Amino acid sequence: MTVMSYIEAINRAMKEEMRRDDDVFLLGEDVGKRGGVFRASEGLYEAFGQTRVIDTPLAESAIVGVGIGASMYGMKPIAEIQFVDFILPAVNQIVSEAAKMRYRSNNDWSCPITIRAPYGGGVHGALYHSQSLEALFASQPGLKIVMPSSPKDALGLLKAAIRDPDPVLYLEHKKAYRLLKEDLPDEEVLIEIGKANTVRKGDDLTVITYGLCVEFSKKAAEKLTEKGHTVELLDLRTVYPLDEQAIIEAAKKTGKVLLITEDNKEGSIISEVSAIIGEHCLFDLDAPIFRLAAPNVPAMPYAPPLEKAFMVSEDKVYEKMLEVAMY
Amino acid sequence: MSEKNQALTDQQLLDMFYYMLLARRSDERMWLLNRSGKIPFVVSCQGQETMQVASSFALEKGTDYTAPYYRDVGVVLTMGMTVKELFLQAFAKAEDPNSGGRQMPGHFGHRKLNMLSGSSPVTTQVPHAVGMALALKVKQQSAISFVTLGEGSSNQGDFHEGLNFASVHDLPVIVMVENNQYAISCGIEQQVNCAKISDRALGYGIHGETVDGNDPIAVYTAVKQARERALNGDGPSLIEAVGYRLTPHSSDDNDLTYRTKEEIDQAKEKDGLIIFRQQLKKQAILTDEIEAKYESKIKDLIDEATTYADEAPYADEATLFDGVYHQ
Repeated sequence: MTVMSYIEAINRAMKEEMRRDDDVFLLGEDVGKRGGVFRASEGLYEAFGQTRVIDTPLAESAIVGVGIGASMYGMKPIAEIQFVDFILPAVNQIVSEAAKMRYRSNNDWSCPITIRAPYGGGVHGALYHSQSLEALFASQPGLKIVMPSSPKDALGLLKAAIRDPDPVLYLEHKKAYRLLKEDLPDEEVLIEIGKANTVRKGDDLTVITYGLCVEFSKKAAEKLTEKGHTVELLDLRTVYPLDEQAIIEAAKKTGKVLLITEDNKEGSIISEVSAIIGEHCLFDLDAPIFRLAAPNVPAMPYAPPLEKAFMVSEDKVYEKMLEVAMY
Repeated sequence: MSEKNQALTDQQLLDMFYYMLLARRSDERMWLLNRSGKIPFVVSCQGQETMQVASSFALEKGTDYTAPYYRDVGVVLTMGMTVKELFLQAFAKAEDPNSGGRQMPGHFGHRKLNMLSGSSPVTTQVPHAVGMALALKVKQQSAISFVTLGEGSSNQGDFHEGLNFASVHDLPVIVMVENNQYAISCGIEQQVNCAKISDRALGYGIHGETVDGNDPIAVYTAVKQARERALNGDGPSLIEAVGYRLTPHSSDDNDLTYRTKEEIDQAKEKDGLIIFRQQLKKQAILTDEIEAKYESKIKDLIDEATTYADEAPYADEATLFDGVYHQ
C-alpha cells in the first residue's frame, strides 16, 4: 500500500498504461516538458519521450480531432484538455465525430480515445476555470463519461477508460487533486465503467451523487449519524450512460432521495437521475425527490463570498440531508 | 493537358479516363434514380471527377489512408470501392460497407480500403487525417494520409487547427481543396478574400500550390510530388485544385436561383473529362473502339449495381441498437 493523492493516482494510471501498451500516448497543451499545468503528467515526458507525450499547439479541436484520427489507426490516445471550460471548441469533434464513429460506420471504425479534462470549483478559478460541463455531453449515446470521487477510483477508472474500445470523457475534479489522499494497493486497480458504487449503507435516506460531492456527502453522512439518521450513499462513478439498476435499487431502499451535483441545477446529470426514479420508483417514495445543486447563474464567480455561495459544500449537504431525513 | 505526362504510361492514362467516366456515369445514374423517386438524395461529383481520380492515382492503394468528402465519387471508386458498393450506399441498404445505410449518400468510409468514415459537419475530417498521419509517422509506416474538402470548408477552424498541427509536427498528410467555386449558393468571392486558397499554406509554413483541377496530369503531378515530400519527412502539403461544380449542390438545390445557365454552359466547355477525352483521342491513345468498350462495360456495371442495390434488403429494425458501443 502507498498513500497517493487523486492527481498522483491519475499520473500512476497513465504511467502504468503507457508501460503496458505502446499504443497509448498523451497529447495536449503543456503535457510534455512542463508535465501539465497541474502536474498530472509529471515525469511522463522523461520516461516515454516526446513521441508519446506530445505538446500540442493551443487548439482544442485539433487535440481531440488528431487524437480521433490516431485512434482510427489503432492507437490509444489520451487527449488532455487543460480545463473543461476550454473544451467547447472540441465539442463538434467529441459529439459529431468520436461519439458517432462506431454507429455511423456500422461497426467498421471505432474511436478508442480517452479525453481527460479537469473540472470543478472551489479553487478560486472564477467563471472559466470552475465549471462542471458534464451535462453538455451526457445525452450522446456512443460516448461514456466517468467522474472519479477518490484516488482509488481515479486510478481504476482512468485505466479502464484507456483500455475501453470506445471514447471516454474522463472528468477529474481539480480541487480533489491534492485534497484527497488514500492508501492504494500496489497491485493493479481496474474499475468497471458503467457501474455505480455504494459508498455507504444506510436506511433513512438515499444520497446519489458523483465527483467531489461524494466526499462532502461521506463526511456529512458521518455527522448525521449523531442525529440518529443513516445514509445510503451511491456514487454514480459513470455519469453517462447511467447505471439505472443501481439508482432504482438505492432509491427504493430508503424511499427518500437526495440528489447532489456541483453543476447548475437545471438540466443536470441529477435531473436525469430524478427522471429515472420518477419513472420506476413512484410508489416506493415517501418524500418528493430533493435536489441540491449550484444555483442557476451562468458560472462560479471569483470573489470568495460569491464562490462560497455558489459551491456545494459539506455544510450545505449536511443541512439538506437533515431536511430530507426529517421530512 | 499539361506536358508533364512522361510519368504515366498510355495504359495509366486510359485507366484514369476510365475511372473519370465511371464516376460521371455513376453520378448521372444516381440523379436519374433520384428524379424517378427511387432514392431520396444525391450529392454530386460532376465537374470534379478529373481532380478526384487524378489525385487518387498518385496514392498507393492499400497503403495510404484517405479521408474523402461528400463529393468524392471519383476518389472512392479509384481507391477500390466497387460500383455495387457505391449504389448500395445510394440506396441505403444493409450491405453498404460505408454505413450499412445509416448515413446519407456521399458519407464515405471503408476500413478495408483505409478510407476513414466521414460525417456531415464539414472539415472535421482534416484533423482526423492529421491524426492518422501522426500514427503513420510514429509507427514509421511508409504511407501518407490524403484528405479532401471544398473551398468553403477551408474557412472552418478545423482546417486551420489541422494544418497547423500537421506543420508543427511535420506530418505526412496531403490536404487537397477541391475548389468548385461554390459553397451551396455562395460564390468564392463571398467565401474568401485571398487570391488563392493555397495562399493559406504560407501561414502554416508548408508547401502550397494551386493547380488546374480540369488537368489530370497537373493534379497527378502535384499530388505525386506532395506524397514524395511527405514520405521524405518534409511535412504536409496544401493543394488547391480549381474546377467547377456542374450540378446543383444536391438533389434538393436549385442552382439557377443564384447562378446563370450561361455560366454553367461556359464551365461545361472546360469540363476536364471532356477535354481529357479529346486529348487522348488526338494522341491516338483513346480510340472510338476503346471508348465504346468502356461505355458498354460501365453501363453493364451500373445496371447490375442498380438492380442489385434496389433489390437488396434494408437493415432490419432489430439492428437499430447495434454499434452504439463495442459489443
